[in-house]
Amino acid sequence: MKKYVCEVCGYVYDPAQGDEENGIAPGTSFEDLPDSWVCPMCGVGKSEFEPQE
Amino acid sequence: MSEPFQAVKVSERVYWVGAVDWNIRDFHGYQTGRGSTYNAFLVTGESNILIDTVKKPFFDEMLSRVRSVIGDAGIDCIVSNHAELDHAGALPDAVRNLGPKKILTSKMGARALHDHFGTGLDLSIVKDGESRSIGGIDFTFLETKMLHWPDSMVTYLPGDRVLFSQDGFGMHLASTERFSDEIPNEILEQEGAKYFANILLPFSPLVTKLIERIKSLDLRIDILAPDHGPIWRKDTGRMPELWAKWALQKPKAKAVIVFDSMWQSTETMAKAIAEGLVENGISARFMPLQVFHRSDVATELLDAAGFFAGSSTLNKHLLPRMADVLTYIKGLKPRNKMGAAFGSFGWSGEGSQQVHEMLESMGVEMVGAPLAARYVPDANDLESCRQLATQAATRIFEHIEDK
Ligand SMILES: [Fe+2]
Ligand SMILES: [Fe+2]
Repeated sequence: MKKYVCEVCGYVYDPAQGDEENGIAPGTSFEDLPDSWVCPMCGVGKSEFEPQE
Repeated sequence: MSEPFQAVKVSERVYWVGAVDWNIRDFHGYQTGRGSTYNAFLVTGESNILIDTVKKPFFDEMLSRVRSVIGDAGIDCIVSNHAELDHAGALPDAVRNLGPKKILTSKMGARALHDHFGTGLDLSIVKDGESRSIGGIDFTFLETKMLHWPDSMVTYLPGDRVLFSQDGFGMHLASTERFSDEIPNEILEQEGAKYFANILLPFSPLVTKLIERIKSLDLRIDILAPDHGPIWRKDTGRMPELWAKWALQKPKAKAVIVFDSMWQSTETMAKAIAEGLVENGISARFMPLQVFHRSDVATELLDAAGFFAGSSTLNKHLLPRMADVLTYIKGLKPRNKMGAAFGSFGWSGEGSQQVHEMLESMGVEMVGAPLAARYVPDANDLESCRQLATQAATRIFEHIEDK
């Protein structure tokens, strides 16, 4: 599964880690994150993320 | 006729052309007790390059300092390291008056500058880590996202070994002296800590990474030139070292007791807590909000292990000054704190509970349930305050060992 980078703040979403503080289990792909999920670092929505090169 | 404002030479080809704001005391909620400076820098040589600008009302001062070096000549390029208005506010005026051929900025900088000033500016995006020659002078650009805005970047001039670090390693301090070695150490450390605590604290992990990155790049820095406060030409590693230390938020045997009171009952509880802490070897900062500003509370919390917050109840709520400070502190994401809530009340008593919930929501490890006293704390209430402080002191010492 691909990692995604927040264009605004540089946070990297790693599916292997998930985002447990915000209820996202390890193994959740970026695509499967709910639309309400926001960057845990800066608070922007999923549309600000790009696949990591 | 000579210019009313003169540039200050910083290195062979770099001049300070910024402005001193002696009057500012409220920087969107941060109390800047010693004023500030907006530092802009002019790089001269084969071409003239302006690094950042100043807050809009200070444009004439900056322009005069630029003219003191290059007369009526124009500039070739502006580098915008940070789009916030204290540095980019005068950018449109600088473009009109100095006619740069291009403006270099980060990708997020371009977005922010467009959103502020419309699409009329001719922006050219530099990539993270990119080196570029501008009119024969070499520069390297490093993105420093979220330190402290998405657009933030720093510019390195290898020729003179100058790091233009925008808000990085800066402080709010107005002075006629331009260099840190002309200013007493205590002031540098106080204002540096205040700046870090109030601006950078939420991004502490990124600060740690940035400092590691600067180290790994082996950048030789003879001059550290931030956008606020003095320029460092000696001991250029000192502020970065302090930042590295502050970013760890390592707690000391120190507690902040912050509260607001109506008729001194909450204040009496705060005093009992302070007594209990001090007796047990914790140094306490006693901060009634009638006197202390939110930004001073944030500064004192930087290296404190204990965080005690108190409010009486007014119309079923915590007092507004307390809500202000707790909201502000929550945004700063303090780490490694433990504490408790307290407060007096008349009949309903929501205040101390609300404070407790706020502390909990920002991740403060709670030492006990909120302490509430009806109207005026009696001997038992004060004993409970002391006991809570004693328990807290024991836990604080354990906690410090762990960190
Ligand atoms: Fe800024
Ligand atoms: Fe700034």
